[in-house]
Amino acid sequence: MRSVSIAGVGLTQVSEHWERSLADLFVEAAVKAIEDADVEEPEAVYVANSGSSYIQGQLNLGAMMADALGKAGVPAFTVEAGAASGAVAFHEGVKAVASGLYDIVLVGGVEKVSDASPEEIARFLSMPEDQEYTAYTGITNFGLNALIYRHYMERFGVRQEDIAMLAVRCHEHAEGCPHAMYPFKLSLERILSSPMEADPLHILECSGTGDGAAAVIIQPSKGVSGEVEVAAHSLSTDLIHITGRPDIVTFEAVKRASEKAFRMAGISRRDVDVVEIHDETTITGIISLEDMGFAEKGKGATLFTGQEPAVSGKPSVNTFGGLKARGNPVGATGLYQIVEIAMQLEGEAGRCQVDKPEFGLAQSLGGLGSICAITILRRH
Amino acid sequence: MSVPRYWRESKYRYRLIGKRCMRCGALYYPRRAICTRCGSKELEEHQLSDRGRIVSWTVIRNPPKDYERFAPYVVALVELEDGIRILSQIVDVEPEEVKAGMMVEATFRKIREDGTSGIIEYGYKFRPPVESKQDSS
Amino acid sequence: MRPSRPVGIVGYGAYIPMGRLRTSEICRVWGGEPPIEEKAVSAMDEDAVTIAVECARYALRRANIQPKELGAIYVGTESKPYAVKPCGTIVAEAIGASPQVAAADYEFACKAGTEAFQTCVALVSSGMVKYAMAIGADTAQGRPADPLEYTVACGGAAFIFGPRSEKTLAYLEGSYSYVTDTPDFWRRAHEIYPRHGGRFTGEPAYFKHIIEAARGLMAELGYGPNDFKYAVFHQPNVKFPIRVARMLGFGMDAIKPGLVVQHVGNTYAGSTPIGLAATLDQARCGDRILVVSYGSGAGSDAFSFVVEDRAEVPNRDPPVSLFISRKRYIDYATYIKHRGKILR
Repeated sequence: MRSVSIAGVGLTQVSEHWERSLADLFVEAAVKAIEDADVEEPEAVYVANSGSSYIQGQLNLGAMMADALGKAGVPAFTVEAGAASGAVAFHEGVKAVASGLYDIVLVGGVEKVSDASPEEIARFLSMPEDQEYTAYTGITNFGLNALIYRHYMERFGVRQEDIAMLAVRCHEHAEGCPHAMYPFKLSLERILSSPMEADPLHILECSGTGDGAAAVIIQPSKGVSGEVEVAAHSLSTDLIHITGRPDIVTFEAVKRASEKAFRMAGISRRDVDVVEIHDETTITGIISLEDMGFAEKGKGATLFTGQEPAVSGKPSVNTFGGLKARGNPVGATGLYQIVEIAMQLEGEAGRCQVDKPEFGLAQSLGGLGSICAITILRRH
Repeated sequence: MSVPRYWRESKYRYRLIGKRCMRCGALYYPRRAICTRCGSKELEEHQLSDRGRIVSWTVIRNPPKDYERFAPYVVALVELEDGIRILSQIVDVEPEEVKAGMMVEATFRKIREDGTSGIIEYGYKFRPPVESKQDSS
Repeated sequence: MRPSRPVGIVGYGAYIPMGRLRTSEICRVWGGEPPIEEKAVSAMDEDAVTIAVECARYALRRANIQPKELGAIYVGTESKPYAVKPCGTIVAEAIGASPQVAAADYEFACKAGTEAFQTCVALVSSGMVKYAMAIGADTAQGRPADPLEYTVACGGAAFIFGPRSEKTLAYLEGSYSYVTDTPDFWRRAHEIYPRHGGRFTGEPAYFKHIIEAARGLMAELGYGPNDFKYAVFHQPNVKFPIRVARMLGFGMDAIKPGLVVQHVGNTYAGSTPIGLAATLDQARCGDRILVVSYGSGAGSDAFSFVVEDRAEVPNRDPPVSLFISRKRYIDYATYIKHRGKILR
């Protein structure tokens, strides 16, 4: 297998793009990535999306987006894995280049949720769960988060004020991020006095879904300094029903995928400078960090309760605001994370830039932990 | 709403029928073809216990499509007496009365309706046991 | 009518939803005087089918028989969630009695449940089936501000009939049905609420049919009121059953155990079956019970049951009194939400 690098990135602001279609958004991000990479035509297009079949009634996004880009003729693929769609599509694109099948691949994610009503969005967000025995009960994805949230607080004696600090930090980081949906600070008081989404989970502890697209160009590594290499990419799955899991506050898929990724990259957790986590809600972010080994079980919130946004010796988390403040364009979210890690490693993060990171990690979840994708990037 | 999809699952939902591995005894709900514990493909239908305790719970305040008129409603992770866990709405109780560890029993309720002219989907929900005070533990 | 082979009740179960509306709350909104104390109101996810399933499960448990032993299931109701598609099949599937079972729904206003009794008795008596279940269950309709709204309620009871044996809780001595074409109360197809003939529902309707059926049965069996320990009459309100009892020569002691309308309301097809269930909860071996239903349109079914010693065996099944005390008060706004009276 060849070593693979990211040659270019592009994204749109996460927002309610009332005037723009799926194709409009995809093309904007993809053109930016192609121009950023300064490469020949991509030989293949991978499209990540989760909701178009339900929200727009649109299938076959691979061909449709390749055409929209003016690249009709190339092989194209559509990848769906809930909110992990972007990261799983990236995994597939990397495999295709690493194997030698293609030399230049475009991986783009796009989502447009603003075409749906709030009830339809709630339904869409629960679609990565089993429809017959999970969504059927009327539980939402945020409801599932709330179930594990309550259990987590009881089991480890952790206060909600500490867990919700993740959201406070995310908003601090998003301030000044041009592509964030909510680029402003939010106080802990404001977050914990917001209405309940699904008790004990407050609305302002939940990620806000939005429209957006993000894209990367992948090519074989050239071995030049400053290049952003794909150091590891791994996937793992878990039981689709949380009812069958021995421990509902542990994401086994996150443990397995991250262990595999650290092995593949040949690094330890301490080497990671910057992390984008899947904070669909505050609790999911905290548990994800624990299961990747960045904190002990039951201690994840301590990463955010200190005075400084980025505690020295620990990775900076969600430097552009994460799902919480940058926003969650579901099927595109995994690619936003990967683009953001690449921006950090290239020193292109603007006001969100952390000090000379070498390794960055992106973690994506589809469903409540039923699929996890981990990507580790390295600045050469 | 798909009629065959509802019809196909109805007996499992009406009567809490899961699967039991004939080799290792592991229980499953919903049913599955392969035992995840021992890999056996020999599983038989199994009637689950209709009582259990609440492990964790939430209140759905922003419901998905087709559940709007029931909101707010409680959904809980329930551990049944035979050890298997199930996700279910909890009814006949106010959200503020629900507690972890609370005993509940299965009941038969409407789950959702396809408008006023489509099918009515029935299934299980759980509720505090209907029993006289001295019977309750 | 007498069965050719001895038949009895082998199991029964009632179910009353938890919601309660005080009729004073209806008076607050629409004026008037409270005819009963309070009435049972189903939750938004309950209907005649879910109520029937609850009753059926309790009845099966008390009978201690396998669901597959049931040869017939009949649901009497005028609150069918589907105009076309039987409640009986859903009940059969939910309790595990299908597929080798006869099932259908009966409509005869408030006597649909006891009409199902007659069929079950006949099937068991003829030997066509071993056990048969009759359910009376309703989520009764009443137009806002109509006098009916003050009493119409939700609930039901199921009875399993089988050949008289050591499993019998009470055996049947005989029955009597009396019907005429009397339009005292009706609901036209596609209408949401019923209409009624006001005071015409009394003398020529309720009283005439109950009295004729009760007297007819007592004459056939050679009994008078004093031969019965208890009597259960259809209870659309408090006044009617008390008055008809007095007219027939029964005292308050006889009807008291089964008179639940004050705290439950008029559960239409569930009304007489719930009254019988409440009476059986208290009856002792040897007690004779007269049961007379009334259904508008119009007719009455009368039955004479004699309680057997198995009825005194302690069990953990909830008695009607438990359902009466298990309640949660709601206001009129919640009531109209639960009962789907708000246009959305």
